[in-house]
Amino acid sequence: MQTALRTSLSETELASRASFAPHARIVREERPQQAIGLPLSIRGLRKSFGSNEVLRGIDLHIPAGQFVAIVGKSGCGKSTLLRLIAGLEKANAGSISFGQDVQAEDIRVMFQEPRLLPWARVLANVEVGLGRDRASADAHARAERALTEVGLADKRDQWPSVLSGGQKQRVALGRALVSRPRVLAFDEPLGALDALTRISMQRLLERVWRDQGFTAILVTHDVAEAVALADRVLVIEEGRIAHDVVVNAGRPRERGSAELASLEASILSHLLSAEDRT
Amino acid sequence: MSLIDSVSLPRSFRLPRVDGLIQWIVPLAIIAIWQVASVTGFVPTRVLPAPSDVLLAGWKLLLSGELVRNIWVSFWRASIGFLIGGSIGFAFGLANGLSQLSAKLTDTTLQMVRNVPHLALIPLVILWFGIDESAKLFLVALGVFFPIYLNTLHGIRTVDPQLIEMGRIYGMTDGELFRRVIFPGALPSIFVGIRFALGIMWLTLIVAETIAASSGLGYMAMQAREFMLIDVVVLSILIYALLGKLADSASRVLERATLSWHPAFQKR
Repeated sequence: MQTALRTSLSETELASRASFAPHARIVREERPQQAIGLPLSIRGLRKSFGSNEVLRGIDLHIPAGQFVAIVGKSGCGKSTLLRLIAGLEKANAGSISFGQDVQAEDIRVMFQEPRLLPWARVLANVEVGLGRDRASADAHARAERALTEVGLADKRDQWPSVLSGGQKQRVALGRALVSRPRVLAFDEPLGALDALTRISMQRLLERVWRDQGFTAILVTHDVAEAVALADRVLVIEEGRIAHDVVVNAGRPRERGSAELASLEASILSHLLSAEDRT
Repeated sequence: MSLIDSVSLPRSFRLPRVDGLIQWIVPLAIIAIWQVASVTGFVPTRVLPAPSDVLLAGWKLLLSGELVRNIWVSFWRASIGFLIGGSIGFAFGLANGLSQLSAKLTDTTLQMVRNVPHLALIPLVILWFGIDESAKLFLVALGVFFPIYLNTLHGIRTVDPQLIEMGRIYGMTDGELFRRVIFPGALPSIFVGIRFALGIMWLTLIVAETIAASSGLGYMAMQAREFMLIDVVVLSILIYALLGKLADSASRVLERATLSWHPAFQKR
């Protein structure tokens, strides 16, 4: 219901309404808060692979619609945490709850590799993201809308092999967005991209998150990226949350501002001191 | 836009035609040299008849209907044997690629059988089937089985596991996963198997027809040898070359049509 409302009101419609009815402006400003995002509660989460205990008791609450970044050195368990949240692995102990029953289509993951089907055209790849709604009559229209959102409407009939790395990743984002997920988990989605493409992808991620209001969980090794995108940065060390840092900077964020730079420096020093101890 | 058009149009227009000619230059040159060598007596016609004599022999056999009948018989044996062996190989490849249990159960046995040269079975096959059709079909099917089995298995095993995980995350059922991820991913490898199998198909058939048959191209060549008709022997060999080329071209066309997504087939 909410989804339908959201998509039926375009930006211009909202803007024109705002000039007639004052309360419409409030609706627009409150969008990220009254979002379709789901809250997330994690209690006592543990996971081991054989004798190797990767997660040693994670307790975490993420309010609906928050953008959370998870950083830590490689092997600290951040990707495992993300895979558990996305339901790709089973925990040994503890629980993850979204506050209500969720469907598979409500939670989507985006990986470092685009994982597109090379033998399917761009539009068909996006349609894969519809899950069980693939066969529905409006599948094409929804996929086209998602492609437009990531700025690739003109590539709909191309094979993935002719796209650049950044474009492939945008198709993967479109595929993740097409089912209007309520939680979107990113596993280093920009790790393989060059610096410029990264920045434009970061802006795109921020924009779609602000537009759609899903709860975003971003695993990254790039602290600058975490600080630029997230409301909150979690530092994971040895399978536990070692630091929980709130980023209060306004949006859209100004890259390279002193405020973000000092936050980045303090998180990096946490990470480096942990490195020295081991 | 207009600049790109003016540059790329003549190229795409010209390339296929030139390509089509280039591949025939060497065979035609060989035939021309051969003709000259025969006519001048450099090569005695008892050893190798002139291409024109071979062509003449072919024309006579064509008029008598013998040529068409023998080609048809060989073609029929090759196709049926290929279909039988190919589908069994494909089925085993699928089963062993998709199911660990099936692979454990049959793969070792199949690998052992594979290491027996299938043509070594000819004496046994003649004892079993005599020299009728089933002997030839059996040998062709057996020869074709292994390349298709091995390459189908390899294709399925090497499908990117990340794509399979992606398919599962997006809620594909087992059937959809096979149809949309596993089978298209295995297809390039399956085609490699088909092209290997086509080569083995001709080889097997010719050997089988030469040793034990009462019709077909191999039989025609053996009969001609009995009567010292060297032009017919050479004709049979040339027809094998043409048929082999034809089968290979057919599989290429099929490959191009089904693998148009593959970067290797997007060049032109």
